[in-house]
Amino acid sequence: MQTLINLKDIVKTYQIGTVEVQALRGVDILIHSNEYISIMGPSGSGKSTLMNIIGCLDTPTSGVYELEGELVHTMDDNKLAEVRNRKVGFVFQTFNLLPRATALHNVELPLIYSGISAAKRKVIAEDAIEKVGLTDRMHHRPSELSGGQCQRVAIARALVNNPSLILADEPTGNLDSTTGKEIMAIFDDLHNAGNTIILITHEKIVADHADRIVHILDGHIAEDIQVKNN
Amino acid sequence: MISFIISLRENILIALRALAQNKMRAILTTLGIVIGVLTVVSVASIISGLNTGFASQISALGSNTLYVHKYPWIIKDDFFKYRNRPDITMKDAEYLKEHSRLAEAISAASGTFRDIKYRNNSLTGIGVSGVTMETEIIEGFSIADGRYFTQIEIDHNKNNIVIGNEIKEKLFNNKNPLGERIKVGDFSYTVIGVMEKRGSILGHNLDSEVYVPLGTIFKNFGFHRSIRILIKVPSPEMIEQVKDEIHFLMRVSRKLKPQEEDNFSINQQEMLTNMYKQLTNGLYIAAFGIGALSLIVGGIGIMNIMLVSVAERRKEIGIRKALGAKQRVITFQFIIESIIICSMGGIIAIFLSFLMSLVIDKVTPFPSNVPIWSVLMGLGFSSLVGLFFGIYPARRAAKLDPIECLRYE
Repeated sequence: MQTLINLKDIVKTYQIGTVEVQALRGVDILIHSNEYISIMGPSGSGKSTLMNIIGCLDTPTSGVYELEGELVHTMDDNKLAEVRNRKVGFVFQTFNLLPRATALHNVELPLIYSGISAAKRKVIAEDAIEKVGLTDRMHHRPSELSGGQCQRVAIARALVNNPSLILADEPTGNLDSTTGKEIMAIFDDLHNAGNTIILITHEKIVADHADRIVHILDGHIAEDIQVKNN
Repeated sequence: MISFIISLRENILIALRALAQNKMRAILTTLGIVIGVLTVVSVASIISGLNTGFASQISALGSNTLYVHKYPWIIKDDFFKYRNRPDITMKDAEYLKEHSRLAEAISAASGTFRDIKYRNNSLTGIGVSGVTMETEIIEGFSIADGRYFTQIEIDHNKNNIVIGNEIKEKLFNNKNPLGERIKVGDFSYTVIGVMEKRGSILGHNLDSEVYVPLGTIFKNFGFHRSIRILIKVPSPEMIEQVKDEIHFLMRVSRKLKPQEEDNFSINQQEMLTNMYKQLTNGLYIAAFGIGALSLIVGGIGIMNIMLVSVAERRKEIGIRKALGAKQRVITFQFIIESIIICSMGGIIAIFLSFLMSLVIDKVTPFPSNVPIWSVLMGLGFSSLVGLFFGIYPARRAAKLDPIECLRYE
């Protein structure tokens, strides 16, 4: 199996006023391509910080982060943006869609930032929307869509640039349980189609979809269990 | 380059969408820009109109003509200094005629104002110009009907008269006036010609004048009158040379000693144009001052509103950055938005100045048109203001931390 993510001794320290807070105190994780992994932990455990670092939204205070052989921890803001654009597909709890843009335009966004022409963009984005079953709603704005539909749009957006990993932060947190199940089914399908998926969650029922569950506690990895073999 | 065009197009769309959300705010924000551009463009259009008007007003004063007068046309110092000058006389005129080698034509001219009468029709206060054979060349008279004077008529101070185009309309109701007799003051004259339309000069209507031989003016209306001397210069390049010659000859004719000041003035059209240019330049400078000031004030307003916009749209910035927008992309997006707001102000201002120009043209006697350079400059300056005052807020947006932004609700 190919190594996708290699985190070595990741430390993240925040300065809050005069107090130094250690959110991560030396985290080591190895994640391979096409893994389906959940990162669990109570709030304050450092899982959000870990997610931000894995998602290249933030860099560690110390430690090494290798993503497909690229050293992310040395990158500046612009280089990180480029890596996010090409390699990471985000799915957020609150969807984070642009409210004034149509579903289609929202899905096109990552393609805009990779400099793909309008005509080509439209074809790719429509294709991604079709994958999440929202073709008939693609010209609607988020305010005209249900929560589940919004999350589908967000998933389409995450997929559209063929990222190396899909990073989902509490993807069902704002949805009722039925819709949550539908969304999780999509993730399962995506995994079966060969995508690498990292779920950040504190819900056991969500985490159980994954093949491997990592527990974070007080900035450390408390447990790292392979629950299924694929 | 291609990705630049794509992002330019995207950013314009993004900006328009954002502005559409806050139409009223966008319009109010542009107010300073509107006023700045409107000031410059409308002053430019008024002056451009005045230019056309002024040019046509003084075109009757040939640019190749020098005028020897008692007074200068433009008096910058004490008027009384000139009052004691001796009048220009026929003797001066004859001296110039005799000795000038450079002038193409020289003529004395004089005039008066009289009431004129034809049967029961009369006109009051009509300008009566005394002319010579040379006057025809110097002033470039052309005759619409009948003929100009002959040398004999002029030499013998005949009571013949050439009338201006409007006199024919007003006094003769456009009937053929040739051969009719009209009264000018107490004297009867025979109409021998009608002038082509000549227009007006600084508000004085040249078509409402009549022309008689110069000697006739002296004979009928008295010898003690100030005259002026008209000198036609053969070509524009020779103006200074001819002016020097006339100046010298006048001093000789007046028997002025070297240390004595001139007691006559040589006037030319250029003096008026120069004065006019000075005047309009002053107006331009004032307009640019006001314009620049309102653009700066407007620009600060734009910066303010862009900072608000950046703060309000932190979430959007966070999403865009998370999805891979680099700093320069975000910077570009907000600068484009700022430029668009300002250009909109520029466009509104130009639209308004066209309206204003139209109103000025219709309502006032001044012609008015919006010169294209002022339109381009107005648009250019407003965009520049957008660019300049957009940089700071845009840089701030670009440097925001995506994690913080995503957390913002």
